[in-house]
Amino acid sequence: MDELMLDGNAVAGLLQEVFAVEMTTAVGTCGGCGAPGPIAAVHVYRGAGIVLRCPHCGNALAKIVKGDSRAWIDLTGIRVLEVTV
Amino acid sequence: MAGTAVRGRLTWELAELVEVVVETPHVKTIVLDVPSWPGHRAGQHVDVRLTAADGYQAERSYSIASAPDGTRVALTVQRLEDGEVSPYLTDELRPGEKIELRGPIGGYFVWEPSDGGPLMLVAGGSGVVPLMAMIRTRAAARDDTETRLLYSSRSEDDVIYRDELERLSGNGLGVVHTLTDSQPPGWTGYARRVDPEMLAEVAPRPAQRPRFYACGPTPFVEAVAEALVRLGHDPPAIKTERFGPTGR
Repeated sequence: MDELMLDGNAVAGLLQEVFAVEMTTAVGTCGGCGAPGPIAAVHVYRGAGIVLRCPHCGNALAKIVKGDSRAWIDLTGIRVLEVTV
Repeated sequence: MAGTAVRGRLTWELAELVEVVVETPHVKTIVLDVPSWPGHRAGQHVDVRLTAADGYQAERSYSIASAPDGTRVALTVQRLEDGEVSPYLTDELRPGEKIELRGPIGGYFVWEPSDGGPLMLVAGGSGVVPLMAMIRTRAAARDDTETRLLYSSRSEDDVIYRDELERLSGNGLGVVHTLTDSQPPGWTGYARRVDPEMLAEVAPRPAQRPRFYACGPTPFVEAVAEALVRLGHDPPAIKTERFGPTGR
């Protein structure tokens, strides 16, 4: 286990900034193993960018790079994202 | 939430420092006044942003320690020696000065009295902060949800909110401490890291379907969550929030 690993709660502000809705209660379905789960429970690794990984299989669900006034979001690892609207 | 102009949209607001409370040698609570505050739920956090004279910005997340109380928001901050933000918040900021803040943030790691219980809170170090907001919210609402807090600290001096937890105990709230590194003379409580045996002794039985909230450093939370699943508790009833070395 990586002690620097965090969870989806740690990027809640950034995700809400990007998606404009509360995202920790959104449910993502992993494109790797197919397990659904709340974004709050995904594993988060922070470096030059942010990587969200499936807590069950480790698949990279999303990669986010934030600049001063833009964000780049790669969601190829998420099959379905269910959001309260 | 009432008062929020556009639901979901986060904006940076100015918050004024009202009061500083020394909790332990390394931890202080900063009480802020946020005129636009829309209210919050226990367990939510805020992002704090500091801007240096040269424009460099640093952002960190801090859990809200207080129960909803108008425009007042209390954050309990552990001072990290090499931190960019926490030493400023705990030692530099003076009453009347302002910082930028946005929130409340998060909707998963939250508890309200209407969610019910039994409630089992498991805290490692400053991971107690969002759980204290739950305990304070429960007390403010005169709610009697059966609640237990298992709180792991290094030593007695490192226990945050020690007196208030003692005062609030009873009325369905039980607080159990474990002191991992040093214990005062005559200590009869737990003196080791939280482990499956301790959780089995302190937590309600799986048949009572307790709601778990575990917060602390990543290794602590991983160990607690794994142990609870092994003890037969329902994984979706175990909510976790992991603290990193850089702020939360």
